[in-house]
Amino acid sequence: MVGIGQTAYGKGLPDTELSLACQAISMALDDAGIAPSDVDGLASYTMELNREVDVARNVGLGDITFFTQVGYGGGAGCGTVGQAAMAIATGQCEVAVAWRARKRADPSSRPWAQADARLVDSQQWSRPWGMIRPVDEIAMLTRRYMHEFGATRDHLANVAIAFRKHAARNPVAMMGHKPMTRESYMNEPWISEPLCRPDNCLETDGALAVVLTSAERARDLKTTPAFIHSFAQGLPPQHQTMTNFFCDDPLRGPAWSAARRLYANADVGPADVKVAQLYDAFSPLIPLSLEGYGFCGRGEGAAFTDDGALEWPNGRLPTNTSGGGMSEAYVHGFNLVLEGVRQIRGTSTCQVEGADVSLVTSGEGVPTSAILFTGEP
Amino acid sequence: MSIQSGFLLPDLSEPTAAGFWAGTARGELLVQACGACGAWRMPPRPMCPVCRSTEVRWEPTSGRGTIWSFIVPHPPLLPAYSALAPYNVIVVALEERPEIRFVGNLLASATGAINEIDPATIRIGEPVRVVYQQVEDVSLPRWVRA
Repeated sequence: MVGIGQTAYGKGLPDTELSLACQAISMALDDAGIAPSDVDGLASYTMELNREVDVARNVGLGDITFFTQVGYGGGAGCGTVGQAAMAIATGQCEVAVAWRARKRADPSSRPWAQADARLVDSQQWSRPWGMIRPVDEIAMLTRRYMHEFGATRDHLANVAIAFRKHAARNPVAMMGHKPMTRESYMNEPWISEPLCRPDNCLETDGALAVVLTSAERARDLKTTPAFIHSFAQGLPPQHQTMTNFFCDDPLRGPAWSAARRLYANADVGPADVKVAQLYDAFSPLIPLSLEGYGFCGRGEGAAFTDDGALEWPNGRLPTNTSGGGMSEAYVHGFNLVLEGVRQIRGTSTCQVEGADVSLVTSGEGVPTSAILFTGEP
Repeated sequence: MSIQSGFLLPDLSEPTAAGFWAGTARGELLVQACGACGAWRMPPRPMCPVCRSTEVRWEPTSGRGTIWSFIVPHPPLLPAYSALAPYNVIVVALEERPEIRFVGNLLASATGAINEIDPATIRIGEPVRVVYQQVEDVSLPRWVRA
C-alpha cells in the first residue's frame, strides 16, 4: 500500500460522487508519486455508483487489465484491497487503485428508504413486521447477545465513548467537536431499542482511495509502504446477512470465518496486533468482532471493552483510532483502511507506538473481509 | 404490484415462498421441509442444504414458540411504520424445533396492534402462540402470549 487519499467529509458536499471519487484517487496517486497512466487495476464495491470507465476517463488512467467489485456493502472494504493485491501478485496488473465514494449524508439516500415494490427475497421474512433498517436487524442480535452473555448498554457506551475520544484528536473527524460522556450517551434518543443514536454510524458524504503495487516497486517510491501481510474474506455456513436469525448460531458471525484464514496465512496472531480498526456501523459489532478475530473468548467481547481497553494510548487494544464510522466518517468502512495504513506509516492522530501489526476489518454481520498490515514484508 | 397500505409485504407470486403464504392464508403456520431427506428449513429456498434435493413439502407446526429476541424501533422509519412507532418486533423460536425461527410482532390479542404491549414487559423466553392478521392480500403471522 503506497498511496492514500481522501476528500473532505461532510453533509451536503457540493461535488458529485464521481468528482469526489476522482479527487480521492488523484490525491492517492500524488501521495504515492505514481502517474495515472501507470494504473492498470481497479477495485471497488458493488454498491459503488461510479463506473470504472468514468473514473478512468476522468483521472486519465492507462490500459486497465484488471477490474473487480466486491459485494455486501460494508463487508467489501478490505475485499477490494485484498483482491487488488492478489491481482498484482498473480500478474494481472502492476498498479491498482481501490476506492469508495459515497454521498450518503442526505436522508433520502438511505438504502432502506428506497422501498417501492413487493418483497421477493429474504427481506420478506423480516420487513413486513417493521424490521426495516440495518439498525433493527443488528439490534435484534444485540438483545440476544446481551441475554446470552450478560452484555449491557454500559459496554456499548465504552465503544462509543472511546471512538469519540479518538475523533477529538482528528481534525477531519465529523464528530471531533462533540464530546461524549456516559451520561450524555444514556440520554440520547432510541433508534431501535436496545440501540440508541450514538450506537449508530454517521451519515457522510466523502470519498477515499488507496494505491497498491508490488513490494519490489514500493521500495522505489517516496512513501512508507504498508505491507498486506494477510488477507481473507469470510462467509459462514447458512449465513443470511444482517437478518441472521435463522442459522444454528446467529452470534457467530462472518468475522470467525475471515479470522481463521487471516491468521492461518499470517506469521502473527491476535496477540501481535498493536492497533485495530474494527468495522463499526453499529457499536455491538465491536464486541462481536473482538471475539471473532480472537482478542478474547466467545461471549467475552463486551467485558473486553471495560477499563478503557479500546482507548488510545493506554488501552490494551487501541481501536478505531481516527474515530471510525461512528465518530470520524461513515464511508462504508473505507476510512478504516486508510487509518490502518496511517498507523503503519506512523502518521495517525492517535499514533500507537511501535505499531508494526495493524488489523483492519470490514462489515461484521455481512459477508466480510479483513487485512493485517505490517511494516515489513 | 404496488404497495397500497404503505407496509412492506411479500410478492405472493414468488414461487419459493408461495407455499408459506398460502398456508398463513388458511390459518396454518407451515415450515418448508426437504421432500427427500425431510430436513426442515426456514426461510424457504429451492435446494436442501443437507442433501441437495429440490423436492419440497410443507410441514404443519404447533404454532407455538418462545421469544428468542425483540427490539423496539423508533423513527426515522417508513411512514406507515413511523405512525405506529415505537412498536415491538420479536423473533420466535418454534416450540418443537427451536432452530426454526420467525420474525413477528407481539400483540395483546389476535385483533391487537403492534404498539399496544408495554415493551418493558417483554421477556426473552416467554411462550407465545401464532395468530393471523390480514394486511392487503397477505395473512401475516403475528403472536400473542400463550
